[in-house]
Amino acid sequence: MPAETLAFDLRLTRPGFALAARAELPLAGVSVVFGPSGSGKTTLLRLIAGLERGEGRIALGGEVLADSSAGAFVPAHRRSVGLLFQEGRLFGHLSVAGNLAYAERRARPGAPALPRTEVIEALGVGGLLDRRPGALSGGERQRVALARALLARPRLLLLYEPLSALDLKARAAILPYLETVFVRTGLPVLHVTHSVDEAARLADRMVVMEAGRIAATGPAETMLARLDLDRLIGRFEAGARVEARVRAHDPAYGLTICEVEGVPLTVPGLAGLPAGARVRLRIRARDVALALAPPQGLSIQNVLPVTITEIVPEPDGHMADLRLALGTTGLRARLTRKAVDTLGLAPGIAAYALVKSVSFEPGG
Amino acid sequence: MQGPEMGPILLTLLLAGTTTLVLFGLGLPFAFWLARTRSPLKPVLEALTALPLVLPPTVLGFYLLILFNPEAPLGSAILTLTGTSLTFSFTGLVFASVLYSLPFMVQPLQAAFEAQGRAAMEAAASLGAGPVDAFFTAVLPPAARGVLTAGVLTFAHTIGEFGVVLMVGGNIPGRTEVISIAIYEHVETLDYASAHALSAGLLVFSFVALLLVYLVNRRVPVHAG
Repeated sequence: MPAETLAFDLRLTRPGFALAARAELPLAGVSVVFGPSGSGKTTLLRLIAGLERGEGRIALGGEVLADSSAGAFVPAHRRSVGLLFQEGRLFGHLSVAGNLAYAERRARPGAPALPRTEVIEALGVGGLLDRRPGALSGGERQRVALARALLARPRLLLLYEPLSALDLKARAAILPYLETVFVRTGLPVLHVTHSVDEAARLADRMVVMEAGRIAATGPAETMLARLDLDRLIGRFEAGARVEARVRAHDPAYGLTICEVEGVPLTVPGLAGLPAGARVRLRIRARDVALALAPPQGLSIQNVLPVTITEIVPEPDGHMADLRLALGTTGLRARLTRKAVDTLGLAPGIAAYALVKSVSFEPGG
Repeated sequence: MQGPEMGPILLTLLLAGTTTLVLFGLGLPFAFWLARTRSPLKPVLEALTALPLVLPPTVLGFYLLILFNPEAPLGSAILTLTGTSLTFSFTGLVFASVLYSLPFMVQPLQAAFEAQGRAAMEAAASLGAGPVDAFFTAVLPPAARGVLTAGVLTFAHTIGEFGVVLMVGGNIPGRTEVISIAIYEHVETLDYASAHALSAGLLVFSFVALLLVYLVNRRVPVHAG
């Protein structure tokens, strides 16, 4: 039996903008739709939700949601698709409990992904039930909105830039809730964002969009490490994602020692995670330096033994992009061409990748 | 107040109440459609809706009188269908008042729906609410102030109408003699005391109604979601 998928082949033309997007994504895990603004992410999401009508076809599992050639169109309220909006869109005339009850009363038939009590617990909204949406902080509002979307029992959850209206602190605080919900419900998620941090943290799979088209689709590790996608991700943000495991905490310094491919990596800001927990860390190419010998007397805590696999000098610039292998994990470094030549770096050479712990501080 | 005066007052309240109810039935869907549509017809319909604001009531009344005439196509059709004529009847007055007060119902509602945008409707749809369900549970409650304003203005405006009623309804006690007509009658017959009583009542009522509208709309909107 083939695994269930979300398959779409969509076209939509608006003045000054044309969308032509086609992909087939497995209905499992988190697919992050990533791209600069104006690339068509929003339109794609609205088409899948049924809030816009375009040309082409959408099928969710075995169900055809839209097929313009057959004149078929399932309206938004009959699609088993949940949507978390950027600004939450809670009903201001209802309390938090009223908002949740609104979704429960209209829940799609079938088993809930999580019972009500567990949804409330997983998102920590139990203490907010009597409040009015107007009295909630941005982070609280999004947690309630996500709880509400879950209680409507969707088969697919669409997240539309749900964190972009939040400040850095609120964003960092809500990410663990999202991760918990994704794991506990097992719901397939399509998460639209222009934040590389979010993509690196949440994505199992990435759909990169550019100018109304899907530029590339693939596993997040591969996609984040691809040099040819840098122009879409942004040179500043380019880097690699690594899967790490929490080994121990160093509370005196507020640091956590993780482990990647058996090599320790010291990182701040993970104090809440138990030992053994899996974490995804993003190491930006510009935060990585290389040394040919294990350095002494250096402030940098993280020294990773790597092998250089590829060097791509910038055609007309002064920089070079290097791909590194730490066991089976790919890393990236961005150095000057001068440094590459001075050290005599070449593919196959063993080196030490140096990463400052502070570079793991979450950015925008 | 003397007994005979209660007739015009009750009739006026009945007319205003009926007109307001009928206009809610027509105005809510029409205003919602106007607020959402991208149809090129929108400005035409908006202009037609606003016409009673600028047109002398006698002009509207004159055309309605011609339309309602039992010898005219519409008038005769209604006469054969219902057995009653629309001219000089309460039904005809309701018909005329609905047209005359249309902008007072539609414009506040349309403004309230437009201010709200599509957000609430889309959120409700994403939770499985169909269009009618979403309209009553997600769109209408946050537009409550617009609904109240529209209702009060329509009611008050219908109570104050004169020209249209005079043209279409004439002055038949118990059927078409409303307060404004009764005041006119009192003045004609130099019964200033009665004219004062009714006029002062209407003045106070209109002021209180408008005060209510402004008080409701003065409150800082509680925006959320």
